[in-house]
Amino acid sequence: MKENKQMETLPFKKIYTRVIQITKATCTLEATGVGCEEMALVDGKSAQVIKINGRQVTLQVFEGTEGIKTDAEVVFLGKAPSLKVSDEMGGRFFNAYGVPIDGKYTPHGKEVEIGGPSINPVRRKQPFDLIETGIAGIDLNNTLLAGQKIPFFADTDQPYNAVIALVALRSNADRIILGGIGLSNDDYLYFKNLFVNTDMPEKIVGFINTTEDPTVERLLIPDMALSAAEYFAIEKNEKALVLLTDMTLYCDALSIVANRMDQIPSKDSMPGSLYSDLAKIYEKSVQLHSGGSITIISVTTISEGDITHAIPDNTGYITEGQLFLRRDTEIGKVIIDPFRSLSRLKQLVIGKQTREDHPQVMNAAIRLYADAANAKTKLENGFDLSDYDKRTLKFAKEYAQQLLAIDINVDITKMLNTTWNLFRRNFKPEELGIKSKYIEQYWEKATEMEDEHSLMDENMNPANTSFKQRNKTEVKWQ
Amino acid sequence: MRTGKVKAIVSNLVIVTADGAVAQNEICHILLGEIFLKAEVIKTAGDDAYVQVFESTRGLKVGDEVIFQGHLLEVSLGPGILTKKYDGLQNDLDKIESIFLSRGTYTDALDMNSEWDFIPLVKNGDMVVAASWLGEVKEKNIPHKIMAPFILDGEFSVKKIADAGRYKLTDTIATLEDKQGNETAITMVQKWPVIKTLKGYKEKIRPYKLLETGIRIIDMMNPMAEGGTGFIPGPFGSGKTVLQHAIARQAKVDVVVVVACGERANEIVEIFTEFPQLDDPQTGGKLIDRTVIIANTSNMPVASRQASVYTGMTIAEYYRAMGLKVLVLADSTSRWAQALREISNRMEELPGPDAYPMDLPAVVSGFYARAGQVKLVNGKDGSITFIGTVSPAGGNLKEPVTEATKKAAHSFYALSQRRADSKRYPAIDAIESYSKFLDYPELVSYMHQTIAQNWKTEVVKMKDRLFKGHEAMEQISILGDDNVPVDYHETFWKSELIDFVILQQDAFDSVDGFTSLERLKYMQQKISEICEASFHFSAYEEVGVYFRSIINAWKQINYSAFQSEEFKNFNRQLDEIVNERKQTNGNVTV
Repeated sequence: MKENKQMETLPFKKIYTRVIQITKATCTLEATGVGCEEMALVDGKSAQVIKINGRQVTLQVFEGTEGIKTDAEVVFLGKAPSLKVSDEMGGRFFNAYGVPIDGKYTPHGKEVEIGGPSINPVRRKQPFDLIETGIAGIDLNNTLLAGQKIPFFADTDQPYNAVIALVALRSNADRIILGGIGLSNDDYLYFKNLFVNTDMPEKIVGFINTTEDPTVERLLIPDMALSAAEYFAIEKNEKALVLLTDMTLYCDALSIVANRMDQIPSKDSMPGSLYSDLAKIYEKSVQLHSGGSITIISVTTISEGDITHAIPDNTGYITEGQLFLRRDTEIGKVIIDPFRSLSRLKQLVIGKQTREDHPQVMNAAIRLYADAANAKTKLENGFDLSDYDKRTLKFAKEYAQQLLAIDINVDITKMLNTTWNLFRRNFKPEELGIKSKYIEQYWEKATEMEDEHSLMDENMNPANTSFKQRNKTEVKWQ
Repeated sequence: MRTGKVKAIVSNLVIVTADGAVAQNEICHILLGEIFLKAEVIKTAGDDAYVQVFESTRGLKVGDEVIFQGHLLEVSLGPGILTKKYDGLQNDLDKIESIFLSRGTYTDALDMNSEWDFIPLVKNGDMVVAASWLGEVKEKNIPHKIMAPFILDGEFSVKKIADAGRYKLTDTIATLEDKQGNETAITMVQKWPVIKTLKGYKEKIRPYKLLETGIRIIDMMNPMAEGGTGFIPGPFGSGKTVLQHAIARQAKVDVVVVVACGERANEIVEIFTEFPQLDDPQTGGKLIDRTVIIANTSNMPVASRQASVYTGMTIAEYYRAMGLKVLVLADSTSRWAQALREISNRMEELPGPDAYPMDLPAVVSGFYARAGQVKLVNGKDGSITFIGTVSPAGGNLKEPVTEATKKAAHSFYALSQRRADSKRYPAIDAIESYSKFLDYPELVSYMHQTIAQNWKTEVVKMKDRLFKGHEAMEQISILGDDNVPVDYHETFWKSELIDFVILQQDAFDSVDGFTSLERLKYMQQKISEICEASFHFSAYEEVGVYFRSIINAWKQINYSAFQSEEFKNFNRQLDEIVNERKQTNGNVTV
């Protein structure tokens, strides 16, 4: 199917038939008039120009060079990788080349080169549009905004794909664009069924590379997804949410290519350009003055929580915060770790669009949770606990159960009330270090809220989700 | 016109066969259809010039034409730079209308048609040298000096200086004549190659004045001097950028150059958005009026990342030559080092540690050396203070960029992941960090005059207390709460008090965010008073509870305007709490 489509352009192109060198991923031939980063077909396999030296042109063959003969037919396509963008993409799934994989017709549209230029910083607007997810570990402690870029750092055994799907469905995005990078086929089907069975399946666009597809093809997925997002955000003024999972597999593919090109590896066998490569992707997130936006929520799987590895490390320097998933053994649930998680943009909205006590309440709670962690260490080392230690431990358990667990679904005001309630139950006002005017305002009221237990989401399984149900908050524009 | 042809292309490194002589670091233009791409010669071998292209090379072909420009990468210097938002090559971003920065779009750095009210500062017949002040225009709130060209060599006489009046940027405002009678026409604009130090001064002098930032852990514990250099290494999420923005907002200087070197675009947008709203307490103008932004965001081409720090420094040197106090903030110098690494790798140079080029330490220290306090040719002072952030890979301070920078900078503000995790911001580790200026007698005597006579003694004591508190805490966690004397708890909690009320500071609070020297003096006295006192406790449990209440009361003070009614009330409450347990028997006096 793919070959057929691209064959159409053949009659106008010169065919080369002498390949002078073939390696595992590249082949070299003599040709003239070839442009840097130009796409080509080598015996029908997609390839891209990565190096030109005089008449010698080196091509990276995405699918690998298995079976390529020295007299293979090579055709240059005269363009960089591109995607046809239009509203017809809605509800559709594509491969790394933008070819449909759902058995339906190829959408029409304007052809754009992927991986295009960066956005002029002065044409950006400061992010302002709060994305409510109902998850307190996000909304209360690490508030997200449209136009933000943020990864989930998760060990491979954690339910990260379910969590990002949940966040996407609960958000008020106009368009959700899934970039599946080395997804297992099972996970691809999970996302597909989940999204197709919502009440607005046309909100979803997928670009999928599964583990069954060639590894190097993965490198095209983020740029494809983001070119689609740019179309919706810039041309259509939509709020586009891009999910990229798993970026660690993207980086692995980068290191394979770098290795085959004889580059000197830097830390953790990653190419020295890893930072720039990742930044080119993540910096596509933007809030535009026209109202359109691109938000990127990605997954970076890590090994046993090690964030000093080059992949999470470089990612953390680029993204606007990170969300850590961790299993809390006290409550037996996955929580969003308040210590290591961070949303850099939260300061723009908390206490301004949310209730004024939000920043102080959030920080006090996390400080007390940190005290509890110290108390726990003491306990493990066999020391007696002080009364304060015991109270922090009790607080920490309730805090994890009622707020940090990812199966929570309440609004931010309720999260704040719940926190005050936990403060009142366990501490004295002077132990909080909160501005006295907030103590005066909220301390006395805290017990009244006692019976309002936070609503557990009966249905953590996002499969039974409709957008209408989830979008409790109205879309706020201007 | 010297030209050449593209011979080979690997990403942004292009080999050009030149038809004539080329200069190292010369700029050339590579024609690509309708547009041209700017590039810089970084190596030559025979007829081959290796050039790094400042743009994406997508679509470039062998045989494409190259035109050598005969100059190095230069910046345009003249009135109108303040408030500008430039990219790394000094393109004025506001002049680019489109949402995307398409390749080959270059714009004027200055507003060439702008007009300025000129006042002459010399008379016909006066003798001048390079960087002499010829006249002055008002740029925002700054007396912008129009200077004799920095490239002049020797003495020149002023043949004609324009009368006071309104002139266009490009009008001739002076004619200078050398001893041979050759004339040079002077406009308000001049150019300078960024990789060369723009001297414009007579001599460098030792820094002696405090650069006030309003950030307690810096001003009180690890002071920065005007004309000094410092760096802030820290893992991601430890608050480097928040700290740098706070310094950019609050530092008492005349001009701030913010260089975003391979960093997030939204951080620059924050400055674009907020600085025009915020008042500059020194001049009454807005903060943006004293700010120049060099925005080379992380997704822009790598080669111009390196250019961005040099562009920023050259602009700073230009303003320093006017006798101004300039602060340059670069976030982050690691990205610049990584750009050097990428290109070195493509050139197939032998790598140094972590694949960085071998000459990295030399490049870094050469750059830091461009900062400094100077005496100008007319005897006046000017300074460039440089603070760079470093993003150590994996938070490891032993990596090459951090090590190289440590050798070059005067002060070191280490951000700690542990402090950041427990939300103790700013997360500067007071024990790890240092400022060599604490040992500068010039600066110490300045502090003694402006803050307090015993300032340095108190700073040293405070550092000791933090250190002792840290030791006590380790003992407590090894031996257990009740197996150590109650004193240990008191020592520990005194260090916690210093941490919570002095080191920690809410950068987002309008009162707590900035602490004046006067207030700092009050805080220093108060903390010393409490830490010198001994308190009565019968059991260790009481210690934490008691000190938490002191911390709580003091935090309320920190949120209240200095010497306001509210402030005084909370201060009284604090004194009451302190007196509750203070031992007055014996000879403890305060």
